[in-house]
Amino acid sequence: MLPPSFHETQALRSWGRVTQPRQFVQKPAWLNQAAAAVTALDHDGSVLPVGLGRSYGDTALNPDGGVVVTSALDRLIDFDAATGVIHAEAGISLGSLLAFLIPRGFFLPVTPGSQFVTLGGAIANDVHGKNHHEAGTFGCWVEEITLARSDGTIQQLQPGRNDGFFAATIGGLGLTGMILSARFKAIPIRSSLVETETIPFANLAEFFAIAQESETSWPYTVSWIDCFGSRGAGRGLFSRARHVLSGELRAEADATRVSIPFEAPGILLSKPVLQAFNALYYTAGKRHRGTRKTSYKPFFYPLDAIGQWNLLYGRQGLYQYQSVVPPAAGPEATAEMLRQIAAAGQGSFLAVLKTFGPRPSPGMLSFPQEGTTLALDFPNRGESTLALLARLDDIVRAAGGRLYPAKDGRMSGDLFRAGYPRLAEFEPHVDPKFSSAFWRRVKTAG
Amino acid sequence: MSQTSKTVLILGASSAVAEATARLYAAEGARLLLVGRKAEQLEVIAADLKVRGAAVADIALCDLGNVTPASVAENVAVWTERLGGVIDDILIAYGVLGEQSRAETDLADAAAVMQVNFTSAALWCLAVAGQLEQQRAGTLVVLGSVAGDRGRQSNYLYGATKAGLDKLVQGIAHRLSKVGARAVIVKPGPIDTPMTAGMKKGGPMWSTPQAVAAIVRRAADRGGVTVYAPKRWKFIMLIIRFLPDAIFHRSSL
Repeated sequence: MLPPSFHETQALRSWGRVTQPRQFVQKPAWLNQAAAAVTALDHDGSVLPVGLGRSYGDTALNPDGGVVVTSALDRLIDFDAATGVIHAEAGISLGSLLAFLIPRGFFLPVTPGSQFVTLGGAIANDVHGKNHHEAGTFGCWVEEITLARSDGTIQQLQPGRNDGFFAATIGGLGLTGMILSARFKAIPIRSSLVETETIPFANLAEFFAIAQESETSWPYTVSWIDCFGSRGAGRGLFSRARHVLSGELRAEADATRVSIPFEAPGILLSKPVLQAFNALYYTAGKRHRGTRKTSYKPFFYPLDAIGQWNLLYGRQGLYQYQSVVPPAAGPEATAEMLRQIAAAGQGSFLAVLKTFGPRPSPGMLSFPQEGTTLALDFPNRGESTLALLARLDDIVRAAGGRLYPAKDGRMSGDLFRAGYPRLAEFEPHVDPKFSSAFWRRVKTAG
Repeated sequence: MSQTSKTVLILGASSAVAEATARLYAAEGARLLLVGRKAEQLEVIAADLKVRGAAVADIALCDLGNVTPASVAENVAVWTERLGGVIDDILIAYGVLGEQSRAETDLADAAAVMQVNFTSAALWCLAVAGQLEQQRAGTLVVLGSVAGDRGRQSNYLYGATKAGLDKLVQGIAHRLSKVGARAVIVKPGPIDTPMTAGMKKGGPMWSTPQAVAAIVRRAADRGGVTVYAPKRWKFIMLIIRFLPDAIFHRSSL
């Protein structure tokens, strides 16, 4: 049993919306309440810190257990305008951080594709961004983490100290304790505008050539791929960007432009509609080829403009699937995955392809490693979707790759262990009272 | 940032709406005095406000809901002094939700809700109004509630205290209009804050502290005496106020 400060609810779901578990939730407004929430559990209670709920699968779910929602812990603690080092409570969103940093001439060192992500979540998933080839993961920029454990201790974690707790907590999926606050280094910018260039490519070979050519002079690169076009040949649009060197420093308001009001009907996700959408997107992108200057927002956070876009995937929700395979295996494994998807006729709205650079991730369970990463979303059609994902698993495993837990809701424990060789080193750092649906699943399921 | 930074007094500064409003003032470089009961919380908030750009973020400890008339007048004088002799904006944002069913059987509980939400708040309003009148400038913003617009079975005691504040602030606004100062009552619907922990949240009726704070901040600069937050509540409450009793009494609101 959990203490009465936790309220039972089924309203908290992950972004993929495949399951709707019963959980016991608490949303502390103060760091000492957050620390107290994780110490107040009896012998069979478990707890999991959760941010803004953008994890797709079950890493941020703790069915029948306690959940501590961190999003009210959003205060700034300290900022050094000379170095850009900022210290904030763990529940602050990346969007709120940007609203503070941009007018002062700084930007997030690494940002994922949504700004509705908390600082704690960015650390616990060791998120990456379009500048991975240059900047590494978010964890590379973290200088200190304050962690509350269920035994009542509060630890100050720094790189290379604390018996590995820093490396375990970066990418540690919230399992090593409750991140109360963190200090990281922001990067200087001289304008909030970015110069972007869109280059259409007809196949994967072209993609890899453009990626290689872009890496030295463009800090941000990402590609969208049409899963349906030319039987999985991999045509798509390569985007690359850099911060503009002079101009205004303006943070854009958080306003979501439109919101999806309800779960979309299944017809929206039928193959012809997805195919048409992908073809249109490709054609539109081709027409907009070339360079332009835009605000940082449409480049970094295109989907944030659509509130609750996950509802487009209907009542059954969606599965995300993000893999990374080593550089040598990249072209062949990616091509094979696209062939499998095309054959299954199950492509997604937005398939994203990127090359990760060689900078090592600091976390024991960090996902990024040098190579090619492919992110896909699939409407949940039950067995047929899971069967396709299992075929993709085989390709990833054979290539020596791994899947991203933040996106996952179904990988086998076996695949997880194969992809994360430092798991044994990580496990002793798990707080005995902390757990998640993901953790229980990969520890027990074959 | 404005050239001369505003002076702002916030009573109940650790409430979620007050904190979100204070951040907007901080971004403008304001000089803030935060009043509340819990030093530890106020210090955390003050540190945040300073990082965000507040020229000053000081704290004063006071159990705002349990005060004597004499201490109210004295405190307002002291705090005005600490802000340099003039208060540009003052926000009164503390209160308790209470529990209607308990208040019905335990009159001491009912008395406590009335003491905190109305009696004490009214004293602060009166004392501050005197200061604004003397300055011939400044704005008093008080957090009311849509619950004050019509008594309903589930929370009419809370509603009555907010209705009382509503009329008090209207009167103060009338009085201050003669000297160029202002008073505003902001009436939010339900807000996702620790005050409403445990309620079923989400859906179109609920707001965030940030959304309400933006309305509070704007109301301090311009607009009418009564401000709904968000604005849709103006129309919803118009309908609810005019529902005939025969229909209203059949509801379980």
